[in-house]
Amino acid sequence: MSLVLEGVSKVMNGQTHIYTTDLTLESGTMNVLLGPTSSGKTSLMRLMAGLDVPQTGKVIWRGKDVTGMRVQDRGVAMVYQQFINYPSMSVYDNIASPMRILGKTKTEVDVAVKKAADLMQLTPFLARKPLELSGGQQQRCALARALVKDAGLVLLDEPLANLDYKLREELRAEIPKIFEEAGSIFVYATTEPEEALLLGGNTAALWEGRVTQFGPTPLVYRQPVNATTARVFSDPPMNFLNVRKSGDRLFFGDGQGVTATGALAELANGNYQAGFRPNHLELARHTQDAMEFTARLQVTEITGSETFVHLDHHGAKWVGLVHGVRDLPLGVLIEVYLDPRHVYIFAEDGALVAPAAYAMAA
Amino acid sequence: MAKITLDNLAHSYLPNPKHEDEYALKELNHDWADGEAYALLGSSGCGKSTLLNIISGLLHPSQGRILFNDRDVTNAPTAERNIAQVFQFPVVYDTMTVHDNLAFPLRNRGADPAYVEQRVQQIARMIGMEETLNRKARGLTADAKQKISLGRGMVREDVNALLFDEPLTVIDPHMKWELRTQLKSLHHEFGHTMIYVTHDQTEALTFADKVVVMYDGRVVQIGTPQELFERPEHTFVGYFIGSPGMNVLEASVTGAQVVVAGMPVDLGQSYGKPTGKVEIGVRPEFTRLSATEGLPARVRRVEDVGRHKIARVDFHGQEVNLILSEDQSLSPDMTRLVFDPAGINVYADKWRVPPEGEAA
Repeated sequence: MSLVLEGVSKVMNGQTHIYTTDLTLESGTMNVLLGPTSSGKTSLMRLMAGLDVPQTGKVIWRGKDVTGMRVQDRGVAMVYQQFINYPSMSVYDNIASPMRILGKTKTEVDVAVKKAADLMQLTPFLARKPLELSGGQQQRCALARALVKDAGLVLLDEPLANLDYKLREELRAEIPKIFEEAGSIFVYATTEPEEALLLGGNTAALWEGRVTQFGPTPLVYRQPVNATTARVFSDPPMNFLNVRKSGDRLFFGDGQGVTATGALAELANGNYQAGFRPNHLELARHTQDAMEFTARLQVTEITGSETFVHLDHHGAKWVGLVHGVRDLPLGVLIEVYLDPRHVYIFAEDGALVAPAAYAMAA
Repeated sequence: MAKITLDNLAHSYLPNPKHEDEYALKELNHDWADGEAYALLGSSGCGKSTLLNIISGLLHPSQGRILFNDRDVTNAPTAERNIAQVFQFPVVYDTMTVHDNLAFPLRNRGADPAYVEQRVQQIARMIGMEETLNRKARGLTADAKQKISLGRGMVREDVNALLFDEPLTVIDPHMKWELRTQLKSLHHEFGHTMIYVTHDQTEALTFADKVVVMYDGRVVQIGTPQELFERPEHTFVGYFIGSPGMNVLEASVTGAQVVVAGMPVDLGQSYGKPTGKVEIGVRPEFTRLSATEGLPARVRRVEDVGRHKIARVDFHGQEVNLILSEDQSLSPDMTRLVFDPAGINVYADKWRVPPEGEAA
């Protein structure tokens, strides 16, 4: 049982929202659509749901071509960023409504509502109206409604974006647990890499209407196939450095260079983009073959246990995330270190040339 | 720029409040030092926006006074307080160009056109909108509009304070980084008094010199990010700051020893004999698993968050979280929980008990 997008694309008012896309989602899986605003997450979901009809291609649901079939006939549940509930109905009736529409018996409805309410910790509030609930409870009500529908395809479009940070953390931990029992296909859109990692499952990285990579979430994170995926799947953003490999040296900027160490020594001569994540930039030399760079420290941000260092390296903005609270003078040049095991090498067009060695070991 | 003083300030949305419960903002005395960057952090309904609205003059407090540089402004309207504000959702003039939106607060006060031009260019560069200056605001994306709001908030150099109410909510994560860094360098450069309201701990901690943590209408701690991390004064601070938050376990404490679930743990410092409901708080960063020492526990699952891993451990029916580094793995015999004594805080009725000899 699966949902297959076969060469689907979507153009609206002359603008391409989704370029030709192939994607197969299996039952019982969590699938994250990760990308910034306007990258096509919602457009893709609308095609999956049947709210929009693709210009080209087919949508195959459980082996059947559903491409023009109305959304009402497809067994789809959707939860949006805004909390959508019926304001005049009680929480109980809100959760019950999709089942009543399906013509379920009173007992069936009651059993399902109580089970969903229990999972979503809404049991004490069943008699209340949605507006008498906190934001988190309102969204849990919307989630419970999606749950009782027992839909084969559940689409969650940034469902936690309007909630408080801590509440988000808690619901995020609950959602995979709740839905993994259901056996449906879950599609979850988010702009946040950390959310994708916490949800697990599979991730499709999206950029400007294209799925740049699809696969198991940790794999997409550690082994991005191109610089675009690496950029989308990194928060703070991945740091980049244009380098020229020549002999045993990597050159950058105005003729500065470092000795290419580790796997980087094996690289053929030529121009590349080197990419590395902020948490791999270090303020001290930890390994012998670490590469040393000099950069200007612009701002530091302390999170309590860690420090973000914002650097200017020959005009490129770099961010480092280091352990501990570092009180460093701003505006001065400092040395930073990078273990070659943590460096991804991309071609000038962005295609991955060599993955970071550490990521292959993990 | 100004020092802002809150003097016996409290607010209730009810006409004749009787109980403390009826106050959205409980009595508060505080000086916001001139030129510091503060964050007001708490979950929704904690009173942080109430407090901000009192400072800006959008709300008149039921009790107490507010002073700017020792001048009482409690009854002064917003316009007289000379502050700049940025709200959660963009407030822009759709029919005006980006340029004119940014210039508006300056022109409104009759600033010299040459200065307006120079300042607008400077701000446009900061928010990365130099290319779109001549476009009408209508039709721009929500985050572009919010950048204009931020820019307009910062365009005047002569304000008493800059107030931000969840300004980055509608901004994409990558842009958030950039704008926050910009705000931070701006503060570094001009030394405005800034108050930044947010429920997002990362935003609060990274932005502010001092974070004011609010809970249920009360300020529970004011401190640097490091203080909030290492010595949360209230279990709420421990829970709210940190991802995951601090582990809190019921315990009994006598001197330098704590007993958790019937088993002794060394505290390293003496705490006398705290009374009330006694708990210990240990952050996931100070918790580890061992095969040989510590308290028996069961690893339920390990989540890979990219730059580190979170292990969820069952300890006597309670979930305890701990953080593992990216390249650390767990062997099946690591079934014991170890708390680093330096990372343990003791709480009585949710408030931190200082160890004997700690300077108050």
